[in-house]
Amino acid sequence: MKPVTEADLHSYVDGGLSESAKAEIEAWLRAHPEDAERMRAYAEQNAMLRSFYNPVLDEPVPAALLAVHQRAWQRYAAAAAIFTAGIGLGWFARGEFVAPQVVQLSFARQAATAHIVYAPEVRHPVEVPASEEAHLVGWLSKRVGTTLKAPKLAPLGYDLVGGRLLSGPQGPVAHFMYQDGRGQRLTLYVSRQRGEPRDTAFRFSQEDRVSVFYWVDGNFGYALSGEMRRDQLLQVAEVVYKQLNP
Amino acid sequence: MDRRLIIEHIPRLRRYARALVGDRYVADDLVQDTLERAWNKFYLWRPGSDLRAWLFTIMHNVFVNQARRRRYEIEQAMDEMPAVAVRATQGEHLELEDVDRVLRGLSAEQREVVLLVAVEQLTYEQVSRTLDVPIGTVMSRLSRARERLRQLLGSQAVMPLKVVK
Repeated sequence: MKPVTEADLHSYVDGGLSESAKAEIEAWLRAHPEDAERMRAYAEQNAMLRSFYNPVLDEPVPAALLAVHQRAWQRYAAAAAIFTAGIGLGWFARGEFVAPQVVQLSFARQAATAHIVYAPEVRHPVEVPASEEAHLVGWLSKRVGTTLKAPKLAPLGYDLVGGRLLSGPQGPVAHFMYQDGRGQRLTLYVSRQRGEPRDTAFRFSQEDRVSVFYWVDGNFGYALSGEMRRDQLLQVAEVVYKQLNP
Repeated sequence: MDRRLIIEHIPRLRRYARALVGDRYVADDLVQDTLERAWNKFYLWRPGSDLRAWLFTIMHNVFVNQARRRRYEIEQAMDEMPAVAVRATQGEHLELEDVDRVLRGLSAEQREVVLLVAVEQLTYEQVSRTLDVPIGTVMSRLSRARERLRQLLGSQAVMPLKVVK
């Protein structure tokens, strides 16, 4: 029989052992009454804690907690409204610094502007077409300074049209364009960010008719823009995010 | 992908938060901050993985961040903690406030582990992932927490507990 460890004893108390292992521990405890007493006390602690805190499960959930996701949307809407009003200050998320938010709002605006400029372009929407995808991705990766990937959005009905290099306030910007069967276009704007590496949650901004979901991952900011409803764009943004962060 | 999935986990988040911080309103604030964060970060959750464990991880992070800000208050509260919960040693039934007080006698780290194991009944492996610490650390915290609880509850007497559902 293996020596009995403290971890085995806790597993025994917490019901994490097989029947045979349990029988072994029980035999061992019969020969070690002090430990047996200790384990009995631990089992009683478990029972006591459950009996005191389980009733919380039956309490009605306060409305304020149920309303969290409703409020979160309102916050997005309010933020977008403030931006539209051109104030660009005062994000409602608690505990966030104001300055990075301003940078991010203008980041969303840069992305939306690039979208507005290039998405309607019929003859020259991109510099390098999707037929040269490997070249496109390699070239933009080199210029932007990170290993880029062009997300695969075909399962959502969007094929890569191609991409181009843009100039942004933080230097080179990689710009990928996608299109669905009806000619609806999406663009992904990737740019290096100033300051310390950090990660942010998804944020949403409505720039006139263009919806933008954007986030910062380490040193790079990503923005997905499209002239579509927020929930439609969100579906795509989530796929893009997952592919870029496997 | 549906954020409404989160809602069904609210009661368990509240139970854990209540035991973790004691005060009902502080606990619900913790739940609220957790839900807001979960809502905003929901894209990070991998569908098919354990949503509850993911929510506990978020709650842990929110709790740790708040605790960092409130370290002073917590240390002060710890100083006021009697070595032994008075009523618990007098052969009476424990009251909820006694249990709350006894739990405050553990470090926050110990309290998290013992509650995730005992009340939430997570496996040690799940606790290790939730708190982002090695399993050995989970086991040593659990061991110390249980021993400390045993002292605080009065090691000599086995409490007659009525287990209410």
